[in-house]
Amino acid sequence: MGATLVQVIALTLAAGTPLVIAALGELVVERSGVLNLGVEGMMLIGAVAAFIVTVHTHSSWLGVAAGIGAGAAMALVFGVITLTLMANQVATGLALSLFGVGLSAFVGLPYVAAVVEPIKAVDLGLLSTLPIAGALLFSHNPLVYASVALVAAVHWFLQRTRAGLIVRAVGESPQSAHAIGYRVIAIRYAAVLFGGGCAGLAGAYLSLAFTPLWTEGMTAGRGWIALALVVFATWKPWRVLAGAWLFGAVTLAQFQAQAAGIDMPSQILSMLPYAATIVVLALISRDATAIRRNSPASLGKPFHPDT
Amino acid sequence: MLRLEARRAPSPTAKWLSPLIAIVAMMACGFALFWVLGKDPVAALRAFFIDPIATRYGIGELLLKASPLALIGTGLAIGYRANVWNIGAEGQLAAGAIAGGGVALWLDGTQSAWVLPAMFVAGALGGMAWAAIPAWLRTRCNANEILTSLMLVYIATLLLSLLVHGAWRDPEGFNFPQSRMFAANALLPNILEGTRLNAGAALTLAVVAAAWFFTQRSFAGFEMRVAGLAPDAARYAGVSAPRMIWLGMLIGGACAGLAGVGEIAGPIGQLLPSVSPGYGFAAIIVAFVGRLHPLGVLLASLLMSLLYLGGESAQIELNLPSSVTGLFQGTLLFFLLAADVLIHYRVRIGARGTAVP
Amino acid sequence: MNHRNTLLALFTGAAVAMPALAPAQTPVATPLKIGFVYVSPVGDAGWTSQHDMARKAMQQALAGKVVTQFVENVPEGPDAERVIRELAQKGNQLIFTTSFGFMNPTLKVAQQFPNVKFEHATGYKTAANVGTYNARFYEGRYLAGIVAGRMTKSNVAGYVAAFPIPEVVMGINAFARGMRSVNPKAEVKVVWTSSWYDPGKERQASETLVSQGADVLTHHTDSTATVQAAEAKQVYAIAYHSDMSKYGPHAQLTAVTHVWDAYYTRVAQSVLDGKWKPDHVWGGIKDGMIRMAPFNAVVPKDVQDAMLKAQADIVSGKLHPFMGPVKDNEGKLRIAAGTTISDEALNKMDYYVEGVQGKVPSGK
Repeated sequence: MGATLVQVIALTLAAGTPLVIAALGELVVERSGVLNLGVEGMMLIGAVAAFIVTVHTHSSWLGVAAGIGAGAAMALVFGVITLTLMANQVATGLALSLFGVGLSAFVGLPYVAAVVEPIKAVDLGLLSTLPIAGALLFSHNPLVYASVALVAAVHWFLQRTRAGLIVRAVGESPQSAHAIGYRVIAIRYAAVLFGGGCAGLAGAYLSLAFTPLWTEGMTAGRGWIALALVVFATWKPWRVLAGAWLFGAVTLAQFQAQAAGIDMPSQILSMLPYAATIVVLALISRDATAIRRNSPASLGKPFHPDT
Repeated sequence: MLRLEARRAPSPTAKWLSPLIAIVAMMACGFALFWVLGKDPVAALRAFFIDPIATRYGIGELLLKASPLALIGTGLAIGYRANVWNIGAEGQLAAGAIAGGGVALWLDGTQSAWVLPAMFVAGALGGMAWAAIPAWLRTRCNANEILTSLMLVYIATLLLSLLVHGAWRDPEGFNFPQSRMFAANALLPNILEGTRLNAGAALTLAVVAAAWFFTQRSFAGFEMRVAGLAPDAARYAGVSAPRMIWLGMLIGGACAGLAGVGEIAGPIGQLLPSVSPGYGFAAIIVAFVGRLHPLGVLLASLLMSLLYLGGESAQIELNLPSSVTGLFQGTLLFFLLAADVLIHYRVRIGARGTAVP
Repeated sequence: MNHRNTLLALFTGAAVAMPALAPAQTPVATPLKIGFVYVSPVGDAGWTSQHDMARKAMQQALAGKVVTQFVENVPEGPDAERVIRELAQKGNQLIFTTSFGFMNPTLKVAQQFPNVKFEHATGYKTAANVGTYNARFYEGRYLAGIVAGRMTKSNVAGYVAAFPIPEVVMGINAFARGMRSVNPKAEVKVVWTSSWYDPGKERQASETLVSQGADVLTHHTDSTATVQAAEAKQVYAIAYHSDMSKYGPHAQLTAVTHVWDAYYTRVAQSVLDGKWKPDHVWGGIKDGMIRMAPFNAVVPKDVQDAMLKAQADIVSGKLHPFMGPVKDNEGKLRIAAGTTISDEALNKMDYYVEGVQGKVPSGK
């Protein structure tokens, strides 16, 4: 049972990683006051770009870079429409998802039969073969470690750096930030691009490491879960990590229960992660002041210096 | 660089011009795309926009598919005007289909003419009940409705799947996951011969008209608009924020629930594991492209429907893959949303002062 | 303007991918037009992929005499009827609708187009111009079970499945019976994903089964994720729908594949000859509708022989995967000794046989 538990934890980390990365990007976007619902589309574009580049170059790392770049390119489209042209962010985000699903399927069509060498888990020699700690700590995919490092980096950036403070100020009160002389739109562009890059990276992890293949719609709704996790985490990076792992753990727990022979319709078990998310969200949201304190005040509202 | 300058008042010309600009821009984009793909652009655009509605049957299909989009989009738009972000209409649609379908199966075998009305009432209630959960969580626990309504989509569709795979399975259906076919008195009557268009479209028109009256002429509608445009002013004026949330969610839920029944009592005629090809999500875009106005929503739903039909037609006529539909829809929506900037802003060329990048 | 450039760049990117999209159609004089309706994108492996392979095979076999077109990614629901009608309207004389959920829409359109022939996969309703066809997937599952039963060391096999409908349940049972026929200690653990297609979930379900001791995996879902998970976890896998050896060169022992090629060609030929009649075809290995993929080199000769022998016996009728006595996993006798299950009982199967753990989720 101990060995099983270790494997379950390791698998939870692997399954939670794309959620962590994508949610973290969206967190920064939302902290700057922008709501981009196009995460699913950007993830798919990242996944297909990473896959295509890897097929041609045989380099997973070039693929990962392409995934990040493609996600950011999609985010740029979103930025132009919502930030420069001030269109509604909710609708543009949804349109971005629609567009991303279509575009990725379209450009990926000739590659559905391709096979790539997956990004392998790290092998730290002796460390990786340690009894429990080896499986628990020292034999994950490099991108799993990268996701944790990214959480720490974003936390540090938002809380400890001047630039992070400016991003938060822009999200709280763009008018004041503008009055002090910060370039609100430029800062929001940067945040949106970062979010797109993260979504692309999350997609690359899916198509190159977690389920190394390309097929249409392979993210199967993970972009939406990532969006949910941001609110779930009340815009705090470390809570994104906890939320993503919790979501992964509940999903796995129901598979474990099934494999152990539990008599329960699978649809009800499949509802569990979603129901758990709602319940936890309701519980943490009850403290209204905390939510108001953390949620960016200008979230979703367009900004123009003249108005 | 291009620079935007705020207009003093929204431009009425631009209001009409901007969708036209968007459509022209998309046509140009589509033209280039098909040309690059080695397809005859004129033929491709014809397959997308003309062929699907060149026949009576085609027009029936256009309206049939636009109907649920307009119905849901109208309901959502009312909530969005009050800043109530219900994005779980797909789940409310499923809940409505479950409630309405449950009534149809329960009353199967009775000859009563009230079966169909009962289904719609149940469907509206089902959709409202499903929307009430995020409303309650928002007003009571302060939980963000974007997230909770979205999570509830998954739960509702799994619930429908569970019922159709289990308790409501057709006893003569070899255990396949589908309910029995509904009896004639549980099906919407056809209203245009030679097509599949049914009375659901009339219901949609009635709801859109009612929504227009509600938003433009009723006090509650006025309150909701104020709450959306100027939340602080509304609060001072004594508009109850929880009431706005409840109203916005329940209206959206009811419309989605009705749309769900419209599908199962219309083109489907039974309960299936999935009763909607994403209408609940597409309707969000329809609501915004229609600028949250009932009439605009109606037009936007027709355009959206045409894009779906065009995608199928392009597959059959030109062997274009199905993904082209999503690509095309996304592009058009980008242009439509972006072009609306012209209503409130003037485009100036050249940099001056504190330019926007 | 930035975004226009981006879009243009993306579109040009798409153009590079273009040549592979061009359909292979040869202009012919008096061809029979044949339409196909697919429930998912064609893809490289899986349910729809096998149908599309068969479409191409038919096109080749009857070159010059048929032209085909297809519509992919058609959701089961209100849209199916329009797509099928559209194909009939466009002059297709024979239309294959390849998913169970297309049954009622197919029948509706068939009524409006009495001169068009329809073939619906996996359904049970026929009409004057609607035939149905399906394959006895369970025969392949039984053979897969034999291989799995011989290759397992832990005596536990893992089964990733989508929904507990009879077609899936009979596959699980046939697999377990195949395993038990060569390995009485064998057990099958089942995990349901509640989704026909979700690579991530299938991956998680597969790894869960490995963590609970399974060292051979198989699946009744539509992606290659289970085979890939087996490859990564260094356990064996038996693929379903398509040969997925390319996704798990070490893991895949063999695969239960659907082969519609000969059937489609035969049906088209009979329409060309004017001899088509609506039928209710349920073919198995004997009819070439189910074929086992080539063995992996790690499968020893005697295991291969054992499976091939069983295959020959199924073809000759000497062996049936559900030949009595068959007990369910609660000890109740379901099929008496000396009898074989009827097709009707097979289609209503809602229990697990001995060797499968747990209970079929009933949802009631």
